[in-house]
Amino acid sequence: MSHGVPRRDRLRTRRSAVEALRARGEPALWLTGGALLLALGMIVGLIALLMVGGLSTLWPRPVVRIRCQDGRVLMGEIARRETARGPDGRLVRRRLVRIGNFELTHEHFAWVADHEVAAEDCPPEAMVLERVAWGRFYGLPRALVAGGRIIATNAAEIRAAWPSIHPEVVARRRRRERIETVEIGEVNRRLEAARLRARTAELVAGRDSERYAIARREAEQVEQRTAEEFARLRAEIESLNAHNAQFHLDVVTADGREARLMLADIVRMVPANALSRAERWAVYGSRWWEFISDVPREANSEGGVFPAMFGTVVMTLLMSLAVVPIGVMAALYLREYAKPGPWVSVVRVSINNLAGVPSIVFGVFGLGFFCYMVGATIDELLFAARLPNPTFGKGGILWASLTLAVMTLPVVIVATEEALAAVPNSMREGSFACGAGKWQTLRRIVLPRALPGILTGMILAMARGAGEVAPLMLVGAVKLAPELPVDRVPPFIHPERSFMHLGFHIYDLGFQSQNSEAAKPMVFTTALLLVTIIVLLNLLAIAIRNHLRRKHRSDVF
Amino acid sequence: MALSELPKLDTTLDVSVSAAGRLAAIAAGEAVQTELHDDLRRETAVVDVRGFNLWYGPKQALFEIHMPIPKGRITALVGPSGCGKSTLLRSINRINDLVDTVRTTGDILLNGESIFAPHVDVIDLRKRMGMVFQKPNPFPMSVYENVVYPLRIDGVRDRAVLDEACERSLRGAALWDEVKDRLHDSAMGLSGGQQQRLCIARAIAAEPEVLLMDEPCSALDPIATNKIEELMEGLRGEYTIVIVTHNMQQAARTSDYTAFMYLGRLIEYGSTATIFQQPHLPETLAYVTGRFG
Repeated sequence: MSHGVPRRDRLRTRRSAVEALRARGEPALWLTGGALLLALGMIVGLIALLMVGGLSTLWPRPVVRIRCQDGRVLMGEIARRETARGPDGRLVRRRLVRIGNFELTHEHFAWVADHEVAAEDCPPEAMVLERVAWGRFYGLPRALVAGGRIIATNAAEIRAAWPSIHPEVVARRRRRERIETVEIGEVNRRLEAARLRARTAELVAGRDSERYAIARREAEQVEQRTAEEFARLRAEIESLNAHNAQFHLDVVTADGREARLMLADIVRMVPANALSRAERWAVYGSRWWEFISDVPREANSEGGVFPAMFGTVVMTLLMSLAVVPIGVMAALYLREYAKPGPWVSVVRVSINNLAGVPSIVFGVFGLGFFCYMVGATIDELLFAARLPNPTFGKGGILWASLTLAVMTLPVVIVATEEALAAVPNSMREGSFACGAGKWQTLRRIVLPRALPGILTGMILAMARGAGEVAPLMLVGAVKLAPELPVDRVPPFIHPERSFMHLGFHIYDLGFQSQNSEAAKPMVFTTALLLVTIIVLLNLLAIAIRNHLRRKHRSDVF
Repeated sequence: MALSELPKLDTTLDVSVSAAGRLAAIAAGEAVQTELHDDLRRETAVVDVRGFNLWYGPKQALFEIHMPIPKGRITALVGPSGCGKSTLLRSINRINDLVDTVRTTGDILLNGESIFAPHVDVIDLRKRMGMVFQKPNPFPMSVYENVVYPLRIDGVRDRAVLDEACERSLRGAALWDEVKDRLHDSAMGLSGGQQQRLCIARAIAAEPEVLLMDEPCSALDPIATNKIEELMEGLRGEYTIVIVTHNMQQAARTSDYTAFMYLGRLIEYGSTATIFQQPHLPETLAYVTGRFG
């Protein structure tokens, strides 16, 4: 060799490009970075879509009046635009107009191609009338009748008179609804209770017994008394209805048809084209308030989602209440008491596998075990008089919570085990050396120290449970629940009641709604709300965890 | 030539050679007769280890230990790593019971009573022995709660009793002045040395008979070490202290008696002055002068 240095000792010449690539792994950098970017992009995209779709739904849009060349006149809000292939094969731009007025047109929406339009304008006196039933009404107001007298005949006057008239009409309607649901419900409950007592007496003592005869007589008395109450309540409803019948709004539609809308049926009147910026925000705010505080109407596509929100939160909290103690205790046994060995390993692997079982399987389990076995047994033992109507032997919020608790149990167990394993043994030894027993050590030293980790498990469980829909469809979530699972009727908490859930509500809006065009934007709004609630629940748990962490700060030196 | 005459040949080389021979013999399994100095026989033993053997699974860690621990004195356990000092210490309050694979024979007496007797309540036994660990292990709670922990688990609720115990223990551990204004702050916020003194305060809160210290200064800086040693000086006479240490100077400075252990055997045990200046055995001399270990 030229310099007398053996070839293998000399520095190597530069590698080929391919070799260098393989060694340094530039593609790996791009690959990993790209994957992260993709993941971030999807998350940001999801959130952006939800925000845009969800926040824009309730914004009051202008009302457009469109005269078509064929003489049709449409008035309504533009729902969306698209480019489609027309019947002659050419591309046409067209708009979907929410025309409302369902009782007149039998349509909620209509397509208008741009080339059909002869003229269009935004009449300043046009009103959007959101109604209790039949969806929205778009029209030009002609006269406001209150107490049988015409008190306003043009849009400006009607707007001015509206705040002094509409609220009292709504108050009367709400009073009537209250009588119909709460007060008649209360009377019905008394009647039902008397019948149940009679039926119980029949079951316990037999048909010929004196006890049954007495209960039977009492039930009849109650029936007579309640009949009077029913009559009184019905009379009150009649009088409220008669009073409200004197309040109506006469409207003419864009194509000249006249309509009479009862004020009691109108939720909100929005002069969509004559709103100032502040008024627009006020309408937006009031629609949001209605959305989160009111019950749904129009097959869930309008109104609020309060029962669904309430159901989601109550179910999630119930689930946490069930899963955390059981999961923590199971993990405590596994980690602190059980002797490590093959059995413990088998149990641990099984628990981990349980986390991978599809949620619908848990739904089937919940239906079969909780509803049909446990629930039916409870019914036989405690609610025999109501049979064959099931009380606990059907889907309900308790069974739904327990089903989800079973589903999220592995998450809590695994997280708790990890948290327990992370508690240094020196702490346990220190406690034992002080003369503490096993349980004292666990309760006073190990558990407080592991609490943040346990709460992490709870957060994960809540995040998974609150967003779960599939199992709920089997064990108690319904499209429309007339009553909340917690209310003012004794015993206040009704774990057997079926409930509404935001996740199920989204499914229902998206796939089961007759008025799917109107429901679609609500899907986004409801999804946004669901995500917000889950985030809020998690933030709450995280705040508690951080508080505990600060309390047990463990930075030494 | 008798082995006991070896140290008298006061040449470094000879000591090393004979020590190496002896140590090799021990490693090969030769039985050891502990060189127990006479001055120990004049003391009252509060803890008396008698023929104690201990196995971790199949591996024997302690061999036939005979060791009276004198009342009111500070006894240091020295020896190279893995010689069983900590194991012996942890056997005295039976904290080794927590290790599943441990098996023992022989006996340890506390005031003449076997601590392994079936009727003995191990929890009560541990309450009578305070223990301080190698790494400070304050509990994740306030300074106050840390100190009164042994009383709390006894069910003491009386605020006055707890307050009194807290102050007395913290004063005993020379920590009172530093923490008296933040008794209800988290103990995790203290420095390492303060944490270790807090652990000592906790160990003496229930007024134990014996204080077991397992290398209490190994995780501390020299200043904190100094404070702990001063503290031990202050506790001398009040408590019987057994301290495991790797630090020869610390053993020489703080203890009244020193026990030298090697490979699970107790080699030589006597007053600290003798062990460090004129040990009877060449291997002890070799160890305390730093020739191996």
